[in-house]
Amino acid sequence: MKLPYFPGCTLKTTATNLEIPALEVAKRLGIEMIELDRWNCCGVVSYLVSDDLMKHLAPVRNFLRVQEMNAKGIVENENRLVTLCSMCYNTLSLSNKRMQKNPDDLQKINDFMHREETKYDGSVEVVHLLPIIRELGWEAVRKQVKKPLKNIKVASYYGCMLLRPKDVGIDDAEDPKILEELVSALGGETIDWDSGSRCCGSYHTVNNKDIVVNLSKGIIDDARKNGADVIITSCPLCAFNLDSRQKDIMEKYPEFESMPVVFFSQLMGAAFDIEKEKLGWEANYISPEILFNY
Amino acid sequence: MAKLIKLDDKGVEFLDKIMELSGETITLCDQCGTCSGGCPFIAEMDVNPSQIMRQVMIGQKNIMESKTMWICASCFTCTVRCPRELDVSKVAEALRQVKLREAIDFIDIEKISEEEARILPSIAIVGAFRKFTG
Amino acid sequence: MKTGVYLCQCGGNISNTIDLPKIAKHVKEKKGDILIQENSHMCSGAGQKLIIDDIKNHGLEKVVVAACSPHFHEKTFRAALQKAGLNPYVLEISNFREHCSWAHKNEPEIATEKAKDIIDASIAKVELDFPLEEKKMQMGDEVLVIGGGIAGIQTSLDLADAGKKVTLVEKQPTLGGKMAILTKTFPTEDCAACIISPKMAAVQDHPNITLYTNSEIESIAGHRLHFEAKIKKNPRFILDTIDMDQCLICTKCVQECPIEQPNYWEQGIMNRKAIYIPAPHAIPYKYLIDKENCLHFKDGSCSICADVCPQKVIDFEQKAEFIDVAVDNVVVATGYDIYDATEKTVFGYGKYKNVVSALEMERIVDHISEKEPPREVGKRVAFVQCVGSRDKQIGREYCSRVCCMFSVKLASLLKQAKPETDIYIFYTDLRAFGKGYEEYYKRSQEMGIKFVRGKPSHFTEDPDTKQVIVTVEDTLSRDIIQSEFDLVVLANGMGLSAASEPIADQLKLAKSDDGFFKEAHPKYRPVDTLVEGIFLAGTAQGPKDIPDTVTQASAAAGRVLATLAQKEFSLDPVLAFVHQDICDGCKQCLNECPKKAISINADGKAEINEALCLGCGSCLASCPIEAIDLNYFTNDQMYAQIEASLSNKKEGEKRILIFADENTVYRLADACGVRKMKYSTDSRIFRIPSGSRMTSNLIKFALSKGADAVMIGDSPEKSSRFAWANNVTKENIKQVQSALNDLQIEPERLIFKEYSAGELARFTNDVDAIAEFLGTIAPIPNETRDKLFTAVRGE
Ligand SMILES: Cc1cc2nc3c(=O)[nH]c(=O)nc-3n(C[C@H](O)[C@H](O)[C@H](O)COP(=O)(O)OP(=O)(O)OC[C@H]3O[C@@H](n4cnc5c(N)ncnc54)[C@H](O)[C@@H]3O)c2cc1C
Ligand code: SF4
Ligand code: SF4
Ligand code: SF4
Ligand code: SF4
Repeated sequence: MKLPYFPGCTLKTTATNLEIPALEVAKRLGIEMIELDRWNCCGVVSYLVSDDLMKHLAPVRNFLRVQEMNAKGIVENENRLVTLCSMCYNTLSLSNKRMQKNPDDLQKINDFMHREETKYDGSVEVVHLLPIIRELGWEAVRKQVKKPLKNIKVASYYGCMLLRPKDVGIDDAEDPKILEELVSALGGETIDWDSGSRCCGSYHTVNNKDIVVNLSKGIIDDARKNGADVIITSCPLCAFNLDSRQKDIMEKYPEFESMPVVFFSQLMGAAFDIEKEKLGWEANYISPEILFNY
Repeated sequence: MAKLIKLDDKGVEFLDKIMELSGETITLCDQCGTCSGGCPFIAEMDVNPSQIMRQVMIGQKNIMESKTMWICASCFTCTVRCPRELDVSKVAEALRQVKLREAIDFIDIEKISEEEARILPSIAIVGAFRKFTG
Repeated sequence: MKTGVYLCQCGGNISNTIDLPKIAKHVKEKKGDILIQENSHMCSGAGQKLIIDDIKNHGLEKVVVAACSPHFHEKTFRAALQKAGLNPYVLEISNFREHCSWAHKNEPEIATEKAKDIIDASIAKVELDFPLEEKKMQMGDEVLVIGGGIAGIQTSLDLADAGKKVTLVEKQPTLGGKMAILTKTFPTEDCAACIISPKMAAVQDHPNITLYTNSEIESIAGHRLHFEAKIKKNPRFILDTIDMDQCLICTKCVQECPIEQPNYWEQGIMNRKAIYIPAPHAIPYKYLIDKENCLHFKDGSCSICADVCPQKVIDFEQKAEFIDVAVDNVVVATGYDIYDATEKTVFGYGKYKNVVSALEMERIVDHISEKEPPREVGKRVAFVQCVGSRDKQIGREYCSRVCCMFSVKLASLLKQAKPETDIYIFYTDLRAFGKGYEEYYKRSQEMGIKFVRGKPSHFTEDPDTKQVIVTVEDTLSRDIIQSEFDLVVLANGMGLSAASEPIADQLKLAKSDDGFFKEAHPKYRPVDTLVEGIFLAGTAQGPKDIPDTVTQASAAAGRVLATLAQKEFSLDPVLAFVHQDICDGCKQCLNECPKKAISINADGKAEINEALCLGCGSCLASCPIEAIDLNYFTNDQMYAQIEASLSNKKEGEKRILIFADENTVYRLADACGVRKMKYSTDSRIFRIPSGSRMTSNLIKFALSKGADAVMIGDSPEKSSRFAWANNVTKENIKQVQSALNDLQIEPERLIFKEYSAGELARFTNDVDAIAEFLGTIAPIPNETRDKLFTAVRGE
């Protein structure tokens, strides 16, 4: 299966440890993710007011690239655009839904982009890699597992952007299961906890670090209380807030005990036993030692 | 001491403007409090999300001075729970926009240390700037 | 002179717009030998007398009245015909007022032209009208009541006391429904079991009631005061004897049975055996074996109950019995289910041990004063209102009406039994609407129960203590309460019971937006359904408390009695019939009738059962040779009126033929007229029983004869008398559209639209949109129209 792929800015800078293992595990599952030619930043957060139409331009331009890939035969009849970063997934999806629901808006955007050779026809479907894997079936994942995650207890952290609002969520907004199913397929243990979709503080990390420190601490403490060894996520911003910000948590709360936070792709990579260099452990702030030798 | 409130046309205009910008029928709000009870940021807010809805409904423009709309991070927790399917995050965004369109920024790039700038993921910086600047 | 045409001025309402003398002249020229009269008010005594006298003096055989909509005075004029000795069905009404003079008030000339088409169509049809007889059917005194909750019980007792023969079918092994589960009842706090038990016993003992418990409706069909049902009596695996029960209730079997299962009548807080009696007050008070869980049925490893039974009444071989009944009326009292809160995952019901449903709480409270209650409640208890009600997120926006009060009740009972309990009720609005309810609510406040205004957002569970942590805004102080509770009780809302669904399907009962069964009219016919002879009782129609349920159940009994008191009823003669000379017995129509009114007779030809047929016309499309037909809307009559109405069309003019179902869309067009709402004067509106009557041949014929567009209008499925009809219509339309495509006729010329009763503006807008569309395209070439004609009528 060949899929057009939108990486987004962060995967090329601070979150290479999300992308590199993801591309490798996808390949082993028979999914070839082909990076869009000339992609541009999606804008990170979606604009929510009614009169900010032009702010949706950035996402829509990327959809043109998908149409072009199809036209050039790089992918065959593939209207799905796959993403890895939860924020990009959400922003692209929300813009896309708005275009699909409001032909007038789409028309305006197309008119504005008159220099583009193609017009966006509303046909693209923004997807995240996780549901693509779910569609393949967990059995397919199980088959690729070389080193089952025996005795490792994993807290699945969804954050906000994979689940909400409901019409772009990849799973039930209040009772998601997809990460837990993945962990089970990898041979790991899941925990049942209440913080899996509680916000980590998001972009407040830039100028209101304290909010993030408090929220992240609450999430990690809850994971610990429920017996987790490691937290997984698919969002580079959540990862930063939960992982790198542990430094700040420890400064404020000296008794705080750290916990590794890794990307779902790294966890899959470990279980698939992919090349060590591709796992990108060095990019994690809290070293996930429990995953080195188990 | 109780505050004395006058209901006037200015207040109605304010409500209409926020309803239009947000696309939400704020008068539908039942004041059930579900949004406030679930908001992960509630401890940081000076005014609860449900109060924002109430104050806008009765045209109280001073709500613009509250911290809450800047704290709301569009996490959509309330969006998926509101029994009236209202979206408080859109109302908060509309309120922010009203302020930001007066060309007032709520973030200062100078204040971000070099060390921080190096480690912060770009989505954090872009996200914050998109939410806090006009 | 065979036909009389009467032009009503309607005191100027018609004659100020339509030039009636011109119409008279037109008719005279076209028809010659015809009687034409103009009168200021045809509906008046004088107007009627005019018709009666003319019939008598001139020997008229057919009558056309051009006046207001047939929905106003068709009955009046039919009566006049009858008085004069004519059959009432040789009458046609030309809708001059609502569909013409009022709708096109400001365009008198065009309106007059349109009126010509209308009256020509009526005359063409009346010429083919033939006498129809209203068949009289005898009514008996048999009633089927489905559902044995308090609603079904009350209806059955009322009817039986009035001497009617009642068959009561209850799915569960005992009567009583939900009420048999409740502890005490608000606002009087009398014990539910104590007040319902005597009624249950009375049902069992009543000579006029035949009770089937543990039974279901296998199939039911029919309508209009005649229904045939097959009852499936599921086996209890205990011998049934006629006079006395051989079972001694010695409980030996129960003592020995190794299987324990949660007991539904205890809402799972207590167990029962695989052989059991549901509840101490069960009626009938008889054992049954739970086949799903009994080891004998699982793997044959056990039969100990049969072995120990001194009377040998256990019979593992017992089979389901089927009983056929024929009844005159049906009462549906299939009740409600509480909202399944596992769906609302934020509340952790089914996951957190200390979150319980309201029905579970009924049982918990019922046992609370026992020495060793099956379940303790702890120190701090929360009640959470509106779970599964007033919540768009789960698609239930209505208020369930009783949950405020049952929470007040459960809290009060708990407080009385355990005064040390600290009780909070989290609500958004408190609804204490009934007699004595506000007082009851106030008493609970006096007891120290705390009402906190706020809807919890979510619960979590303390993994160690298993306490439930409730997070909620106290919306009156704006503080956020986050606190542990030993027990959280959800105020589950009500929805139509799942067991009602098969009944809904079989009887084709409509539902309202809230998912409950829909009454015929919310104000004037609250217990009738849209199907004659079927009535609703209790919570199957909407959330209710016991007083309202009982009131409505008695009302349903009253409506049944009023219906049966008529002793006989006449069938509307607008029914399908089969031209026996044309039918070749191909059987293609057999399955098309959802009422199963078509069968093959001894001659091998199709035949319509008049008691079952509703006259929708859906079957007509299925006959390839037009052998099935519909009284009063026959193929010949339809062809003739379509052709006549198009006969005045001049070069360059446009015609939009609108075929409107008589119950909704035809009346909608009337209402537009009453409001003087304008719409395209190209429109010509025809009355039909339902859109499905428009066979593909008729549609093609209309287009071949000069129609530029055809619109079919019908009510939406859920409010239609003929729930199935729209699918048939759509199928017919699809067929014609593909034929049009082949002939390069724009398929958009054929439109099917559904309208609810109030959608006046949508209707006029749609008609105008068609007219506008016709303005943008070239007319259908005559050769193409000819081709269409040959497709319908041959060379
Ligand atoms: C927790 C709770 C507490 C309450 N407390 C009170 C109170 O204190 N006071 C008060 O006034 N009201 C109270 N109510 C409301 C009360 O329960 C209802 O008003 C009443 O039970 C409705 O009776 P019903 O006969 O309409 O429905 P049900 O009791 O639901 O009876 C319907 C019956 O039909 C049967 N049935 C369904 N489908 C079929 C089928 N296809 N074939 C055959 N049989 C079928 C069912 O098995 C059932 O026995 C309470 C409700 C709840 C949920
Ligand atoms: S959850 Fe919705 S209805 Fe309730 S207070 Fe918040 S916005 Fe209003
Ligand atoms: S969207 Fe805003 S108001 Fe709503 S829960 Fe999230 S932070 Fe709170
Ligand atoms: S046969 Fe079934 S009902 Fe009888 S004792 Fe055994 S398990 Fe119980
Ligand atoms: S009766 Fe009370 S608890 Fe029930 S839905 Fe209505 S308001 Fe909510």
